[in-house]
Amino acid sequence: MNTTIMLFLLQDGITNGAIYALLGLALVLVFAVTRVILIPQGEFVTYGALSYAMLATGQVPGTAKLAVAMGLVAFGLDLFFARKSLHARLIARAVAVDIVFPLAVCLLTYALAGPKTPIAVNIALALLIVAAIGLFLYRIAFQPIAHTSVLVLLIASVGCHLALQGLGLVFFGAEGLRGPALSNVALTAGALRFTGQSLAVYGLTIAFIVALWLFFGYSLTGKALRATAVNRLGARLVGIRTTLSGQIAFLLASLIGAISGILIVPITTLYYDTGFLIGLKGFIAAIIGGLVSYPLTAVAAILVGVVEAFSSFYASNFKEVIVFTLILPVLVLRSLAAPAVEEEKD
Amino acid sequence: MSALLSVSDVHIAYGKVEAVRGVSLEVNENEIVTIIGANGAGKTTLLNAVMGILPLKGRTTFAGQDMATLDIEDRVAAGLSLVPEHRELFATMNVEDNLQLGAFRIPKATAANSFERVYNLFPRLKERRKQLAGTLSGGEQQMLAMGRALMGAPKLLMLDEPSLGLAPIIVADIFRTIGELRAAGVSVLLVEQNAQAALQIADRAYVMELGEFVLSGAARDIASNQRVAASYLGFQHEGESAV
Amino acid sequence: MTQRLPLVIFALVMALIPLVPGMPPFWIVLLDNIGLAALVAMGLVLLTGVGGLTSFGQAAFCGFGAYTTAVLTTAYGVSPWLTLPLSLLVSGIAAVLLGIVTVRLFGHYLPLGTIAWGIALFYLFSKLEFLGRNDGISGIPPVAIGSYEMLSPGTIYYAIWIAVLISAVLTLNLLDSRTGRAIRALRRGHIAAEAFGVQTPRAKLLVFIYAAVLAGLSGWLYAHFQRAANPTPFGPQAGIEYLFIAVVGGAGYVWGAVLGAGIVVILKEVLQSYLPYIFGGQSQLETIVFGILLVMLLQLAPSGVWPWLTARLPLKTARRTADTSLTLPARERAPSTSAVLLQLDKARKQFGGVTAVNDVSFDVKAREIVALIGPNGAGKSTTFNLITGVLTATSGAISVLGRKVENAPPQEVVKLGVARTFQHVKLVPDMTVLENVAIGAHLRGASGAVASMFRLDRADEARLLAEAARQIERVGLTDQIDQLAGSLSLGQQRIVEIARALCVDPMLLLLDEPAAGLRHMEKQRLAALLRQLRDGGMSVLLVEHDMGFVMDLADRIVVLDFGTKIAEGTPAAIKKNPEVIKAYLGAAA
Repeated sequence: MNTTIMLFLLQDGITNGAIYALLGLALVLVFAVTRVILIPQGEFVTYGALSYAMLATGQVPGTAKLAVAMGLVAFGLDLFFARKSLHARLIARAVAVDIVFPLAVCLLTYALAGPKTPIAVNIALALLIVAAIGLFLYRIAFQPIAHTSVLVLLIASVGCHLALQGLGLVFFGAEGLRGPALSNVALTAGALRFTGQSLAVYGLTIAFIVALWLFFGYSLTGKALRATAVNRLGARLVGIRTTLSGQIAFLLASLIGAISGILIVPITTLYYDTGFLIGLKGFIAAIIGGLVSYPLTAVAAILVGVVEAFSSFYASNFKEVIVFTLILPVLVLRSLAAPAVEEEKD
Repeated sequence: MSALLSVSDVHIAYGKVEAVRGVSLEVNENEIVTIIGANGAGKTTLLNAVMGILPLKGRTTFAGQDMATLDIEDRVAAGLSLVPEHRELFATMNVEDNLQLGAFRIPKATAANSFERVYNLFPRLKERRKQLAGTLSGGEQQMLAMGRALMGAPKLLMLDEPSLGLAPIIVADIFRTIGELRAAGVSVLLVEQNAQAALQIADRAYVMELGEFVLSGAARDIASNQRVAASYLGFQHEGESAV
Repeated sequence: MTQRLPLVIFALVMALIPLVPGMPPFWIVLLDNIGLAALVAMGLVLLTGVGGLTSFGQAAFCGFGAYTTAVLTTAYGVSPWLTLPLSLLVSGIAAVLLGIVTVRLFGHYLPLGTIAWGIALFYLFSKLEFLGRNDGISGIPPVAIGSYEMLSPGTIYYAIWIAVLISAVLTLNLLDSRTGRAIRALRRGHIAAEAFGVQTPRAKLLVFIYAAVLAGLSGWLYAHFQRAANPTPFGPQAGIEYLFIAVVGGAGYVWGAVLGAGIVVILKEVLQSYLPYIFGGQSQLETIVFGILLVMLLQLAPSGVWPWLTARLPLKTARRTADTSLTLPARERAPSTSAVLLQLDKARKQFGGVTAVNDVSFDVKAREIVALIGPNGAGKSTTFNLITGVLTATSGAISVLGRKVENAPPQEVVKLGVARTFQHVKLVPDMTVLENVAIGAHLRGASGAVASMFRLDRADEARLLAEAARQIERVGLTDQIDQLAGSLSLGQQRIVEIARALCVDPMLLLLDEPAAGLRHMEKQRLAALLRQLRDGGMSVLLVEHDMGFVMDLADRIVVLDFGTKIAEGTPAAIKKNPEVIKAYLGAAA
């Protein structure tokens, strides 16, 4: 085979793989803390990407209003669940987080959106919007059933995916969008050309891996999040608010998803439903990592990207078939490694 | 002076079944109080409800504060701590991390003192501070669970069956430590099946049967009560010694 | 026949609906769709609700059924009636191939695996040339009886609903049988079921195939109803929808599948026709509402609508009285106490670097009660797991009646007459005490799945239930025989586990903390029962923390500490053993 083609495929695979790695990391993070298998991760990607793309054309994306609407529902839930023990501090917090925050983001978006808005501002707005949606998604859909089985959470997760994807069509339409590149720098090394965009992809992926590793290994908040994952009741008994842990995890995951989306939307056209497939590929990586290991997830993600690049070259029709079949042997190996004696605690 | 923990006329139900019926109890400062009774009498249920894990009907106050509106995390912050029956350690984290998380609700500076205090109380934990909690022996896990609870500098420590599944010889160790806690100014509410050991160490005791307190008083008097001796101190612990 | 009455009424009503004058054809189409969805959901009820294997990929099996008949009838002109068995066969074979991998997946890897192959198959359907790629295959001939062609929705209606009713009856029969109990036990994990001889991978594969064949049947009907097949209805979205139907109806209930299909199909229709009026012409709005409803449903009624409904209807399930005069052949017992029943010779188990059981040797003779004591984490439960084949020993030998069992799976060990209970009770909480205990007699029955679907297993079944009832009587729980196991107190559940173990007709009974949670009087009754069993020729090995109970009951005691045996002897000797006092008991007793 042609070495140049191989290098191109490899580069393409690694760039995509890095994105999958970011998503895989977010999935591991969310699963570790909340036991939710985050199928709607793909929607965070499309919401981030397409909100950014719409802002770049000077339009206000519908996601800004969605954040406000979800905030209102979250506010209602907060008050309802605390109805027997309402006090001023609690209400103040609920008003600040559930109403003031998304409303401020929404108004800011309306105020700043325009055809001449700088890229950095658009990115910040898109991230804020998606972060708010992520936070409220946990509050509304998962917090009330946080104690149930992984399976129930998984089904709820699929429900969220359906709803968010449907809303995506409403907000962004059936047409695909592309966003402006973050930078137009380009480096050439031999036959390969590295765009600023792809360098940003590599850099951010590495930065996130290191940051997550430091956060979970060394900070008290990170340890508290881990503790929540290991033993929910134990965490509550030392005074860790597990609901807050879940919200933080979702906030981080939605941010990572949105960043991934903003990184790829200048490279490929994204549609309202593209996120699902992209998310699932991050997923394959996360599962190879056993839903616990960050480094293994990152390596696996690169592998998925490369396999995908090569199979799209050699058997483009069966690209998805190959990538999704790849997961089965991994799942089998993972299952064989699972403990023979069942977890004694139900 | 009012009691540190006061529980009055508490009812706790699982669905339609009332597991605890109209129970009242008090724990004063610097006091070890024990609740003894057979398995299934409702002791664990009562402790869990006082901690806020289960909902209850009735009035509970802690350090003069009505606890009705407080959730578990608030109660921890107020100085109430529970070492549950299953210990609920962070199994895949090491001893030090477990202890550090025990001090989650108190300022960092105070936490350093807590570490020293806990390591003095349980030197074994210091030796094993880098070991994963899940790989500790049963006795060490109990020590870690108590240590983690003490890290938050609680005013009242509630212990649910600390002797469960431990070698009688370790049980002796655990009970000696409980005695030392009182000297350090921590009150203890102890739920035990091992009535003999519990009554020896406690100031006051309640006897629980089928969700109700059938007897209460000074631990010494309870221990010499005919009925208690027959039901709880006789057959059941024949093989074990005085601790 | 009173239990069959509601079914007959339901069948009659369904049969009459198309005959009602002025019935809008649109309603009949809706009912056709409900029936098609109910078939797939019924398979999911068995697979997910009963067997605990969540599949997001059932739609793909409909695809196998539909495409098989589509290709054969259009390209080769095969008659639809001939393709029916072939469609079912192809779905079944696909299920075997996917199932062999899927049923071995652990925990949440399993649903994830079904998502993966569900998507992969969808892309495969839409890329293969001979399946017509994304356009699919059209011009499929209608099903015909003689010259009567089922062209209208009103005629295929009967084919669909006859299929639904027959499938429902067969499924209910299957669940109420020896195989059915094995399937129902799967959801609570494989260890308990395997301890009584259930071949769990095979049972899982069986339900997997069963569900796939039902989906294939639905696919075949769908192809001849629509007269066309394309990939969309067999994609991941549809797979999710089927699961949704099962959950809405009540994932553990056969009729829940029909009810769920009714609710969801009608709801979807309503949403599709009215939402655009409310919110303007946007498409896909029903997906949004759908997703939100799914999340709300899980929060408000996680067990579905069917159980909610039946709890409010005056339906009484008939109490089953087992005829205890029927008996099963019993095992031959050793006449004397000299025979060594169980022997451990330097049994060792390491987990990574930790040695849980360290070269432990001891034996249990016939007609003997041996107690295993030691602190938590001393390796007592691990020893039990080594003996019963749940874990494989790292080294050393374990033999039962001279037969080496250290590498035998649990299903083989139980055949030798070793039955056990568990430290953490492993009963199926939504099965009655009788049904739970009958699982213990699994190996003493022989009827298979097909026999039970057609009710050819009744004689065998009656003997198994009689044995179960007898053992329940023996442990003194006859009053609770029809209660759900989950409603008993923990202490009583432990006793149920003993009855279940007794159904094996064991030589050796392994009891893991049988007295925990029992009151004083109950402990004494339990001790009396165990003595009586010993005198009847059974041996008992038990783990227990209550020293009073152990010292009073055991003939011999083995003491473990940190995985190592530190002493062995009579209760009197153990009480005085300095090593045991130092490591375990503390100051002399």
